Amino acid sequence: MIKMKGRNTSKSMRMPFLQRDSGRALIRRGFSVLFRCLCMIVAISITVFILYLILYVVHEGLPFLNLDFFTQPPTALGDPGGGVVTAVIGSLLIVGTATLIGAPLGLLTGIYLAEFGNGSLAMVIRFLVDSLAGLPTIIVGLFVWVLVVVPAHSFSGLAGALALAIIMIPLMTRTTEEVIRLVPTELRHASAALGATPTQTMLRVILPAARNGLLTGLFLAIARVAGETAPLLMTAIGSPFLNTNLALPMDALPLRIFTFTLSPYAYQIHQAYAGSLVLLGLVILASLLIRWVLRRTLPGQL
Amino acid sequence: MLLHSSRTGSKWQELQSRLRKAYRLGRRYPGDSFFRGIVLLAGLAVLVIVGGLILVLVSNSWPTISTFGWRFLVNEAFDPIHQSYGVRPAIFGTVVTSTLALALALPLGIGAAIYLAEFCPRQLQVVLTFLVDSLAAIPSVVLGLWGFLTFAPWLQQNGEPWLQQHLGWLPFFQGSPHGLGLLAAICILMVMILPILISLGREVLETVPREQREALLALGATDWEVIRHAVLPAARSGLAGAAMLALGRALGETIAVTLVIGNQAAPPSLSLFQTGYTLPSIIANQFGEATPGLFLSAVLEAGCLLLLITLLTNILARLLITRLTRGIPRT
Amino acid sequence: MEGSIGRAFRLKHRKILWLFALLLLSLVLEACGSPSAGNQSSGTCPSVSMLTGAGSTFDFPLFSKMFTEYAKIGCHVQVNYQSVGSGAGKTQFLQQTVDFGASDGPMTDEEMAKSQNGPILHIPVTIGAEAISYNLASVPEAQHVRFTGPLLADIYLGKITYWDDPALKQLNPDLSLPHQAITVVHRSDGSGTTAIFTKYLATVSEAWANQVGAGSTVNWPVGVGGKGNEGVAAAVRTTAGAIGYNELAYVLKNNMQYGMVQNRDGVFTLPSLETAKADAANATNIPADLRFYIVNEPGKDSYPITGYSWALVYQNQRDPARGEALANLLWWMVHDGQRYAPDLAYVPLPDAIVQRDEAQIRKMRCGDQGCYHG
Repeated sequence: MIKMKGRNTSKSMRMPFLQRDSGRALIRRGFSVLFRCLCMIVAISITVFILYLILYVVHEGLPFLNLDFFTQPPTALGDPGGGVVTAVIGSLLIVGTATLIGAPLGLLTGIYLAEFGNGSLAMVIRFLVDSLAGLPTIIVGLFVWVLVVVPAHSFSGLAGALALAIIMIPLMTRTTEEVIRLVPTELRHASAALGATPTQTMLRVILPAARNGLLTGLFLAIARVAGETAPLLMTAIGSPFLNTNLALPMDALPLRIFTFTLSPYAYQIHQAYAGSLVLLGLVILASLLIRWVLRRTLPGQL
Repeated sequence: MLLHSSRTGSKWQELQSRLRKAYRLGRRYPGDSFFRGIVLLAGLAVLVIVGGLILVLVSNSWPTISTFGWRFLVNEAFDPIHQSYGVRPAIFGTVVTSTLALALALPLGIGAAIYLAEFCPRQLQVVLTFLVDSLAAIPSVVLGLWGFLTFAPWLQQNGEPWLQQHLGWLPFFQGSPHGLGLLAAICILMVMILPILISLGREVLETVPREQREALLALGATDWEVIRHAVLPAARSGLAGAAMLALGRALGETIAVTLVIGNQAAPPSLSLFQTGYTLPSIIANQFGEATPGLFLSAVLEAGCLLLLITLLTNILARLLITRLTRGIPRT
Repeated sequence: MEGSIGRAFRLKHRKILWLFALLLLSLVLEACGSPSAGNQSSGTCPSVSMLTGAGSTFDFPLFSKMFTEYAKIGCHVQVNYQSVGSGAGKTQFLQQTVDFGASDGPMTDEEMAKSQNGPILHIPVTIGAEAISYNLASVPEAQHVRFTGPLLADIYLGKITYWDDPALKQLNPDLSLPHQAITVVHRSDGSGTTAIFTKYLATVSEAWANQVGAGSTVNWPVGVGGKGNEGVAAAVRTTAGAIGYNELAYVLKNNMQYGMVQNRDGVFTLPSLETAKADAANATNIPADLRFYIVNEPGKDSYPITGYSWALVYQNQRDPARGEALANLLWWMVHDGQRYAPDLAYVPLPDAIVQRDEAQIRKMRCGDQGCYHG
């Protein structure tokens, strides 16, 4: 490993090779150090910028986070006070349902593409799924609207969840396929040599070995759909009233934020930032939860 | 069989089947075909969903496709009053903003990913990864708000005049600075795709087996040489996959780009200061007010074209990856 | 290594994962099963506790206030109104996914013909005015730049490009107009605000009517497009020399500079509730179906860039209970609901229009009788 901790020992081991041609070696080492510095500068400056963005949202939104904000339904535009409890519950339900539908579907499709992915059917699926990733999500909203909302004559949280699930599919499929393909072939050979069936190899060797990458993919997918506004506008549509019935119109945080930003009143604009802060907090919470599960199940890997 | 597709050649398969016969291992259990059936079913379900989506999209945009044909691609105006629709500026804007955003974000994202995966102390890595993931979680409407309330005015008053002063001889930095325009959209898109590149890039780099690095280190290679010759080639296809996901995001990003791009077709020029249009911003701008009929159908055809562009870039990228990775064994 | 991971995972922590999955599942199942938080209806109330509407973003602040109040009184009917845009509101209304639509422009004959549920009633619910906002440091806040309709059309056509253009100077001899380029800002998204503004320009300028026309989306000859009212407002606020058009509430609440516009009688008026109401009250030739524009009406107090906003309902209600609840709601909106308008910079309906609205609401049929029993 070329991580910091291993440097002292590996340096002394390398020295014999370097002494032969020390001038060239100096240039090589200098270039290498320069490269390391560049990588570090890039990483640090990106992080500083991210910190700035997060602090910007915090600065605009934090003064408007109070108990009411978490426990009250929204007030009318222009009136101070009120909160986003309806939207938080709606987001949890919609994104949760979407994950239950979309993540397994994307995962299994990714496995299919990685393991049986050389036929023409798989090629077709791969190209279609890839192009789905670049489609504006409002089109997915339209699709679900045509198939679910119009026949039912009603908007519903479930329709929103279906739209988000479809958006999750390409994200999950793509990462699953990539990550599974990166699992060393030796592991498969070893597993097969031990007499494991292909299914056993997949479930007990390959997926656990790829779990880190799969969870990163899952997290990115959840974070992405949790912030989606456009597809929900055509499916869950939003509601200022508390509702936990997935068959009825349902609020969600991005919808609520979008609604707040339409307001001419400064109070609601700030509430939009506060709402983003809540959304950010929820997604970070989900990320920590995933990491916690990961740490408990994969000691020494994180 | 699962292992048939692992790319190790037919020799391995022969050996495998002989071993299986000899030791009666890995027989076909009913569980295997069941599992295979399930993943196949999932694949087919996804095929049906995506196929249905494309069908709905194409059938709804058929009125404009049949009315305008190729003229839709070259017409400039999007004018419901005179029933004339075209997306030439939007195609230009989409391609320019997405590719430039990816071109700028790629070195930054991969550099940061290399730092996180290879050089970074562990504690710092946890913190940095966490921050990058948080960026992915900021909803795009908020990035858009920041973009047009804070970033675009800064660009107009400081950023663009500076560029004009120092790099004004380039054709990209000419014209009057509006703030809102292609440059602002490129920067916002760059910010949005960075977390995808960094998170997935780090993940891909970390899966490169340790032995490959150690072998080169033992030969006296420097850190840069290890990464150049051992890590990057092995991770190339995975990194390209991350880049494709990022490009997909950039192509399809709707609300944040719409807020900062200026939404007005400017006379054709190379300047990045000009205002522009993208295919998704047509959808974002017009979908809410599009009345049923030719207008709505024109908006949806913009979606069709976007799908087509994404499909084409994917095919190109796959050809490129096959070229790049020819002769390099997959890890 | 992986084997041990797998084993550790199986033996130690599978339980945790299962518990987590079960928890999530139960949450969702419970959510599916539990009834909505509806209100019990008393004897005289229709058995409907929730109505859905969608459409105009212009109406949204007012509707948001009205419906919050409406849920507190009478039958406690919850009205869920979402501002998806007038066009999308019409689409949803025609597809019958909502109980009522809301639009800043009346439906065209072509759109009305798409109805699969019989005749459509237009019910004016409020009036809005639009201000011409600008960003000129050299003009004090107490003073307002004067514009005429043809001049505005020339600016938006790109014929007048500097603030010290002779035409502008002639109208504003007291103001020191700088030699600064005019940055024209318009809405990039389709909107009723644009529809009213372009309708006005097309009414007062033949060149505009011929070259561009009027509608919620037009092919702008020049300018920068901002998304939504907030997009236009932000672009105007941050760009020196910019000019834009905004709903009155936006300009007032955000302390923006705004101009006077010359009305049909030749008087320069500022946008306000009074001048907009004067324009609406002086409207002539109101058609029976209430589909009409009121830009540039006569009267010396009238502010010319003014327009109605409509609720859209079907004359024949399929569900009698919903129809009754809807009729009660509309009746309340055009009467008691109007008192919330002035605080939010919306213009209350003139009495003549309220009477017309009453007749429209009484036309709504629930089965073989009228929906409204008042």
